[in-house]
Amino acid sequence: MAMVEIDGVRKRYEGGFEALRGVDLAIEEGEILALLGPNGAGKTTLISAICGITLPTEGTIRVGGNDVVADYRAARDLVGLVPQEVNLEPFEKVINTVRFSRGLFGKPKNEALIEDVLRKLSLWDKRDNAIRELSGGMKRRVLIAKALAHEPRVLFLDEPTAGVDVELRRDMWEVVADLKRQGVTIILTTHYIEEAEAIADRVGVINKGQILLVEEKAALMRRMGEKELRIELGTPLDAVPEALEGFGLEVSGGDLVYRYDSHAERTGIGRLMAAVAGAGLVVRDVATVQKSLEDIFVGLVARQEDAA
Amino acid sequence: MNMRAVGAIYRFEMARFFRTLFQSFISPVISTSLYFVVFGAAIGSRIDQVEGVSYGAFIVPGLIMLSVMTQALSNASFGIYFPKFVGTIYELLSAPVNFLEIVMGYVGAAATKAFFIGMVILGTSALFVDLQILHPVAVLAFMVLTCLSFSLFGFIIGIWAKNFEQLQLIPMLVVTPLVFLGGAFYSISMLPGAWQTVALFNPVVYLISGMRWAFFGIADVSVVISLAAILGFFLLCLGVIWWIFRTGWRIRS
Repeated sequence: MAMVEIDGVRKRYEGGFEALRGVDLAIEEGEILALLGPNGAGKTTLISAICGITLPTEGTIRVGGNDVVADYRAARDLVGLVPQEVNLEPFEKVINTVRFSRGLFGKPKNEALIEDVLRKLSLWDKRDNAIRELSGGMKRRVLIAKALAHEPRVLFLDEPTAGVDVELRRDMWEVVADLKRQGVTIILTTHYIEEAEAIADRVGVINKGQILLVEEKAALMRRMGEKELRIELGTPLDAVPEALEGFGLEVSGGDLVYRYDSHAERTGIGRLMAAVAGAGLVVRDVATVQKSLEDIFVGLVARQEDAA
Repeated sequence: MNMRAVGAIYRFEMARFFRTLFQSFISPVISTSLYFVVFGAAIGSRIDQVEGVSYGAFIVPGLIMLSVMTQALSNASFGIYFPKFVGTIYELLSAPVNFLEIVMGYVGAAATKAFFIGMVILGTSALFVDLQILHPVAVLAFMVLTCLSFSLFGFIIGIWAKNFEQLQLIPMLVVTPLVFLGGAFYSISMLPGAWQTVALFNPVVYLISGMRWAFFGIADVSVVISLAAILGFFLLCLGVIWWIFRTGWRIRS
């Protein structure tokens, strides 16, 4: 059984705008799923529907087998949320807001755990500061601490590293890795492809309220893994020589560029290299480049927009 | 019942009160003292007695109710409006709590604060006038019920309000006039005939009358009606809040 099961979820707002248009998604226990999508794709609406902040118009959502509407207590017990906006009570002390979150979720007092959470997020020294005295990055850490304070089994991070410095991003990745070791299921939405590439097990792409694809990150990159072979020549070229026509080559910056599927049975590289040698060209260097997740993502979104 | 959540909300709200304890304490003391100087000493010296009670003492139940109602209203409305305003409401909505637990936490805290202020005013009053309380248990009961029902009412206003202006609107435009016209400073029997009938449509009349009965055994309307009125108002507010959470009105999209 999946930890989070989303079946045919639609969300229509009063004005008629449909933020989610039939989302089906299963998230396994202990995995890290990165949801990628442009602004307004429906990422936050989907998370809000799972966490109980917004009610889906159609469809069902279960967390740990509990329906988020009918069994909301059991479902929400398992879920922690780090929202995108820095929403915090400005006048309260850091440690008190974190204690509040634990109490609100019905968990008994545990000062040792709260200290541990605050230390991991480098907030322990600031525990008695009022929130408004903290920098933007520190406030974001407080949001994470609040979500972790009630020991969630499923953690949603809605754009957790949007606009934060490198140090916090690295700290946060460490916290995420630590949680994964404890078996916590993590769903993060992000704009940053490198973030998904760095920490996710699976990647989902969402756009215009629809999930376009969900796949193992490695498989996704392999499947969509078009590679580029760049041949630097002794004498830079202006155009593809006649002898090499038929290979679909391009000339870029004086180099020959060949695109191929790295998983195809015949990549055509051997034939190309033989032809290059046969044409009397001197090869100075050869480089291959794998497509990044970003290229894949941009390609998918563009394709959906063409189809629409 | 998630009592830990109720406790967490209650403590969090009370912390706000304790952060500003001095202001919370000093402002009712000053305003009560001013009422006594103006109404008790300046005007009251010419009124002498109302229904066998000195005018200074006569206004005490009304003064307590005036403060308790406005404090309960403003504390509760601010308490729930503020999380909406700064966005921390997301946490309440995503927590394993039901409407009753949220209400118990917020309304309980607002009512506690209002009760505290009521006690401060009672204490301040005792410095100015000779007070004898005929039915102390009834005084407590009326105070607690008023604290709770006006906190519930404030909670509704806090959810309804979309900005700080609206938050002030109902207390300013509706509650303060009703309280002033509710017999805090006079007996309804002192009004001209037709106005006595009009006054009976003012719900606050019943509360102040009940409180005055608890203090001195004198009342404009029967104490049973007063009690029924405050209980009815309490249940009405609770019903509205139940509906708000059922439909998610102004809190859940």
